[in-house]
Amino acid sequence: MSISVFTGLFKRPIFKNAFYIVILSLITLPFTGIALSVKICVALLVFTILLGKLKGFVSKINLTVPLYFKTLTDSPKRPILYIVLFIMVLIPLMPSSQYVTDVLTLCLIYGILASGLNVIVGMTGLLHLGYAAFYAIGAYTHAMLTIHVGLNFWLSASFSALFSAFIGLVLAFPAFRLRGDYLAIVTLGFGEILRVILNNWREVTNGPNGISGIPAPSMFVLTFANVNLYFYLTLFFTILTLTTIQRIEHSRIGRAWHAIREDEAAAQALGINVTVYKLLSFAFGSFWAGLAGAIFASKMGFISPESFTFLESAMILCMVILGGLGNTYGALAGAFLLIAIPELLRELQTYRMLFVGFGLVILMHFMPQGIAGRLSLHAKNK
Amino acid sequence: MFLQQVINGLTIGSVYSLIALGYTMVYGILEFINFAHGEIYMLGAYLGIIFLAFFTTIGLTTTDLYLSLLLTALLTIGFCGLYGYFIERLAYKPLRMAPRLSPLISAIGISIFLQNFVMLTQGATDLVFRIGALDGAIVIKGLQITYFQIAILMSSLAIMIGLSLFINKTPIGKAMKATAQDKIMASLLGVNIDMVIALTFVIGAALAAVAGMMVAGYYGLVNYHIGYLAGLKAFTAAVLGGIGSIPGAMVGGLVVGLIESFGAAYISSDYKDVYAFLMLILILLLRPQGILGAKVEDKV
Repeated sequence: MSISVFTGLFKRPIFKNAFYIVILSLITLPFTGIALSVKICVALLVFTILLGKLKGFVSKINLTVPLYFKTLTDSPKRPILYIVLFIMVLIPLMPSSQYVTDVLTLCLIYGILASGLNVIVGMTGLLHLGYAAFYAIGAYTHAMLTIHVGLNFWLSASFSALFSAFIGLVLAFPAFRLRGDYLAIVTLGFGEILRVILNNWREVTNGPNGISGIPAPSMFVLTFANVNLYFYLTLFFTILTLTTIQRIEHSRIGRAWHAIREDEAAAQALGINVTVYKLLSFAFGSFWAGLAGAIFASKMGFISPESFTFLESAMILCMVILGGLGNTYGALAGAFLLIAIPELLRELQTYRMLFVGFGLVILMHFMPQGIAGRLSLHAKNK
Repeated sequence: MFLQQVINGLTIGSVYSLIALGYTMVYGILEFINFAHGEIYMLGAYLGIIFLAFFTTIGLTTTDLYLSLLLTALLTIGFCGLYGYFIERLAYKPLRMAPRLSPLISAIGISIFLQNFVMLTQGATDLVFRIGALDGAIVIKGLQITYFQIAILMSSLAIMIGLSLFINKTPIGKAMKATAQDKIMASLLGVNIDMVIALTFVIGAALAAVAGMMVAGYYGLVNYHIGYLAGLKAFTAAVLGGIGSIPGAMVGGLVVGLIESFGAAYISSDYKDVYAFLMLILILLLRPQGILGAKVEDKV
């Protein structure tokens, strides 16, 4: 009888969860010591109970947010975008907002990156795990061209973006003989190879010390050395990126990409040259990485291989998926979230990344399709 | 010189094989890349050191060194198995019906979390230690094989044989194979899919824990980000051998280890980390299904 009471008790979810939480805190014991483990245990218990209470609320958010996002960004005049743009333009004019402006500039740079990657991953359905490599190619090309050749920002940035697109083509050409996940692995390997080369080819890249003294861009008499001016410059490029990508997406090319994403065999049967369009998607996506790299390099004035690790590729991919695969505005929103949230958590200092990791898991738990995503996309069970 | 590189390559290669097995088993069943797997290896290395330090403080290492090593190994494997179980349960199980890329993000989240967790609790600097066992080496005509290398090679060989027997001979192993072939059919035939998946993660984590302890003892140095690169290389090994194939992961790991050690010895050790990836790209272009992988046709 006593056993059945015990198992009956155990079947109730709260006790089952409590049991798991105790085990979970026990396995953290070797790392943390007893006092901290007990604290972790209590924190997890509270968290699970809160989560249970919030569940209905959370699932409601999960249903409504993608819908709202869609109506806001897809309505013909897109009033919300103009409002956001207006606010963005005003932000640097507010007093003592240097820090906010700086963070926003970074958000915009990552917005360019995320929308570029979205072309490859979201629109065409090719998993790319080495996007930071193209970001690095853009940044380093820009640094070389401005420092050694003395090109001005505009020429150099365009050339960096084009060069990045070219490298994308060169990498993609052999890689497209491979299917699905193998492409992901080749891009991953490429990212690693590039990082090691940047670290070791000291004559050109100055190794782990990086390259410094990249000049700030200038136009006529204006030099974009000031944080606010730089913000406007980045805003200009972001709008350029978004408009171009949107235009291409709604053209014949974009529709071909969508067709390939939904069903490659069917797309081929309809007469779409799958290889050419995939190559185009890869080159077009890499182009924006190169551009973002150039903007980043001239903003910072200094670049080193540290900034272009696999974690960077992973974060950009997270932005795209968080935003909802295939939605350009979603990618932008994902970039803002993933840059702004760690900045807001700056108070927590070293614990920051701990919460970011935890947050990603939780977010995926409740919103596996992202902010603006469609459930059918890449779903296993259609 | 040549034979020496072979020995070194096989030693590090068998470590990669052990980690690669975890990747390949999970991929075989769930068809996704468990990016948090490298972190289990890192946890294994740390836990090994922590438990050994614990046994040193209670004085067991001075009275019976080998017993304490054995206990350390068992405890580490048990703890890492639990970590593997919880990662599956918390990060992947809720997402089994989600879009294909969502578990990937979840895995990256777990990976970031675990790295920072270890960094915060154990410090960001390298942890250097000596286990004080299996020192010394056999020297044959200038060829030096340390006892530790022999231990690594022998134990990983034993583990791989054991795993093959487990997968091919026991009912649970057969259930795992059935699940990898067709999840729905296997569940109709009475296989508990959730249990099999959880078990896959636990076994993978246990193997990674062994690999972690081996590397910690071999180099005598760990830090919180060793999991990332080792994980990537082991994953490369799994793909090289043919992802989803268990013998493939074993062969792939050894090949990656050998390439790395030859590349470092004969070309340049600066580019040590590149050779494996270059080899991967070459192999994928020539034989996309990997060395031992079966060719999969696109389904229409």
